[in-house]
Amino acid sequence: MTKQLIDLTVAAVERLNATHVLLRLTDAARPLPAMWPGQFVEVRVDHSATTLLRRPISINFVDQERNELWLLVHEVGNGTRALGRLVAGDTVNCLLPLGNGFTLPTTGGGRYLLVGGGVGTAPLLYYGDELRRRGCEPIFLLGARTKGDLLQLDAFKRIGRVETTTEDGSMGAKGFVTQHPMLASERFDAIATCGPKPMMVAVARYAEATGTPCEASLENRMACGLGACLCCVEDTTEGNVCVCKEGPVFNIKRLKWLNSK
Amino acid sequence: MAQLQVNIGNLSLRNPVMTASGTFGYGLEYADFVRLDRLGGIIVKGTTLRPREGNPYPRMYETAGGMLNCVGLQNKGVDYFCQEIYPQIKNLDTHVVVNVSGSSPEDYAECAARIAALDRIPAIELNISCPNVKDGGMAFGVTCEGAASVVRAVRAAYPKTLIVKLSPNVTSIADIARAVEDCGADAVSLINTLMGMAVDIERRSPVLSIATGGLSGPAVKPIALRMVWQVARAVKIPIVGLGGIMNATDAIEFLMAGATAVEIGTANFVDPAVSEKVVDGIDAWLDAHGVGDVRDIIGALKC
Repeated sequence: MTKQLIDLTVAAVERLNATHVLLRLTDAARPLPAMWPGQFVEVRVDHSATTLLRRPISINFVDQERNELWLLVHEVGNGTRALGRLVAGDTVNCLLPLGNGFTLPTTGGGRYLLVGGGVGTAPLLYYGDELRRRGCEPIFLLGARTKGDLLQLDAFKRIGRVETTTEDGSMGAKGFVTQHPMLASERFDAIATCGPKPMMVAVARYAEATGTPCEASLENRMACGLGACLCCVEDTTEGNVCVCKEGPVFNIKRLKWLNSK
Repeated sequence: MAQLQVNIGNLSLRNPVMTASGTFGYGLEYADFVRLDRLGGIIVKGTTLRPREGNPYPRMYETAGGMLNCVGLQNKGVDYFCQEIYPQIKNLDTHVVVNVSGSSPEDYAECAARIAALDRIPAIELNISCPNVKDGGMAFGVTCEGAASVVRAVRAAYPKTLIVKLSPNVTSIADIARAVEDCGADAVSLINTLMGMAVDIERRSPVLSIATGGLSGPAVKPIALRMVWQVARAVKIPIVGLGGIMNATDAIEFLMAGATAVEIGTANFVDPAVSEKVVDGIDAWLDAHGVGDVRDIIGALKC
């Protein structure tokens, strides 16, 4: 898959809450390149004096009809805050598509549990939509601190069943995603997870305990995004590998999470 | 279109722009963005006699105008390079230079000897300046005796163009440069990264796994320029300048300070296509200023 370095135009900016912004990017001149769920984009940050490196942002959704790429930005530092200040009509330089995405089934029918926490829910929207298109059943289990931190619930509900947890109990089951009662009463053909590492490790343990195939999307701090600088490595069964190139999606059996705390 | 060709030892570069070790993979990672045959050369990732896992994560932290890294020479070893990587890159139409590191002069020499056997690798860059490994690396590059010991051993084992990459973490880089010149180095490249550190105040701990890392990026450019200028006045062998070059203007500054060629490093992470743009920018500047040959601006500072 050829990687591209292209200027996209901000079609719209949707502020989801105080610290999350949805950027809808488009290319007026030509169709966006093919991108798969779980892949990511390295976005150049302009207009931030202290930001040098690109910011890796997972692909939230690809709207083929509108030729739009959606990036959900969590504003955590100067770089992401600069992205949050973009307005419609601005240009964004993107390096894409990067990394390996989630496994896409060749046959329909399976029940897929997609577990996301915080901004980690972002790539699951596109993945769930692709699963639905392929005749599979995506079931979303989305967790956050509070109701206001749960993102894009309406968009998720258009694709499939949505269960939620919040740490303060303001929406859905109270507690962490791995404490949701559905995990005890239901079984799934596959699990995908993205979010804080402790959450993903807990999901991986659940998958292991129930004998369910599981993929996790990592967000190790990275520089090049191309497998050149070797900064974003994860310790795997094959040693240190680049999350940007070998991942960001890994089958949990390749990771060493289950052998350690 | 100016004449851009320059020589580093016996190595003839089509232009003075190379890519720095550890920032450009084996070149193939950037082939979607850069016409590799437009570059003067590619310096590939630091290679050691035996495989190295490198340091634990986290290995990188962005700083104002730069970044810290403590990758620690992760690589699969020279034999893997010769058998698996070399066949993929040997037909690239640019000079591929291998960055070589080690834990002892004997290690360096053995690694260099195995690379000498590869027809299409015309030069090595000897890394005596990696700040991120405990054994070897920068330990050799911070004293004249240490640097000399490695260069002597490698010179005896390696007949092709030998570039020695110097550490800026020294009192007098000119003294180190003279020492490696005296031992038969064909060229020096400078600077490797400056040793730095970042702190996470919430965890009251260093950010990087081994506490310290090497600083690179535009923040270090003035230091790198100063060191190139000092070394240019101390040695006769060619200098390859690097450190924070982000564009053609930066590159021309290094050439004027005395570098015969330059390496683009951290800038590749910001713009994967930057190396080719630097080539074009140097050419355009020379044309705009009526300079017909890039060699006319090398060391051409008026001071």
